Amino acid sequence: MLQARKNRLWKLIIILFLSAGGIALILFSLNSKLDLFYTPSEMLQAELKSGYRIKLGGMVKNGSIKRDGTIIKFQVTDFVKEVPVTFDGIPPDLFKEDSGVVALGYFINGMFEAEEIFAKHDENYMPPELYMEEDKV
Amino acid sequence: MITAFIHQFSSAKSFVNITEKLYPFFLIVGVSMLILGWTWGLLFAPQDAVQGNSYRIIFLHVPSVIFAELIYFFMAVCALMHLVWRVKLAAYLIKSAAPIGAMITFMGLLSGSIWGIPTWGTWWQWDARITSTLILFIMYLGILTLHGSFSNLEKADRLMSILVVIGVVNIPIIKKSVDWWSTLHQPASISVSGGSSIDPSMLYPLLISVIGLGFTLIALGILSSRSYIFTREKNKKWILEHV
Repeated sequence: MLQARKNRLWKLIIILFLSAGGIALILFSLNSKLDLFYTPSEMLQAELKSGYRIKLGGMVKNGSIKRDGTIIKFQVTDFVKEVPVTFDGIPPDLFKEDSGVVALGYFINGMFEAEEIFAKHDENYMPPELYMEEDKV
Repeated sequence: MITAFIHQFSSAKSFVNITEKLYPFFLIVGVSMLILGWTWGLLFAPQDAVQGNSYRIIFLHVPSVIFAELIYFFMAVCALMHLVWRVKLAAYLIKSAAPIGAMITFMGLLSGSIWGIPTWGTWWQWDARITSTLILFIMYLGILTLHGSFSNLEKADRLMSILVVIGVVNIPIIKKSVDWWSTLHQPASISVSGGSSIDPSMLYPLLISVIGLGFTLIALGILSSRSYIFTREKNKKWILEHV
């Protein structure tokens, strides 16, 4: 390879290395701030100032959904800790037990008061018949 | 020998001659596979057990975002060729691939937002996957704007290539964002190693749509790069002979 080309290649590798390094430093320092939500364990551990709107995410605990008019109460779990949630409104269609959920609201005295609820679905796609069979097993 | 090979295939003239013959092939195969994949996916593939019919936008969303990333990667390889070997054609290809990349990234963001409304209950969340894809879209626009802001085109080519190389760091971040951080977006369904969590009855039309969109985009890329080559080299003798 020509010497001039070698020099240009090295310059390019240095540019790439520096930009990757710079962005890696930013991402490492932001780290968990880039997470969309707190898991129940994180929420119970963290010293959160009440009055800040935050997001809680996890699975809706099986058998925990209780409806009272338009008010919905359920437990969000990460299979270690649980946080009780109340929500007044219409949840998305995919909101159900044993399924992922993200709630936006306030954490007050061990109780999460949600203003909005989003359903999180998983990466599996299958026809209904297969799904029924899997449920039986 | 390698140098001779690069010189042979990196001249704009031979690129125009080769692609002229390849263009109909890519267009016909691409469009017919897209029609096949989308008809199969939208009309004949089964419903999803959880999402019902609304999952069917996957046949637009997944191919779009795959090529949003692949086109950028292709541009980065071209930027390397341009900066190290001073291949002019590589810069022309970056300039003509960027609008296509921007368009398909926008399609990915739009189809994802539409998909989000019935399933997630929201069309936008600032999670790591969605935000990094938005940054990719802005990178494409930035690359085009940077190139357009110089009257000296050689300088524009070089600075554009450097920006493309800097921005390539974003590609692995998009790919790994769903694993590194908690997001509303679900993890990948198809892995490069061949694993898939999509039932075969839905996976086959999806793969056909991906290949179909790829070929269609190559055909579009040939069109856009040829017209750009003609404007950039309009004073060259071979262009006059060609036209």
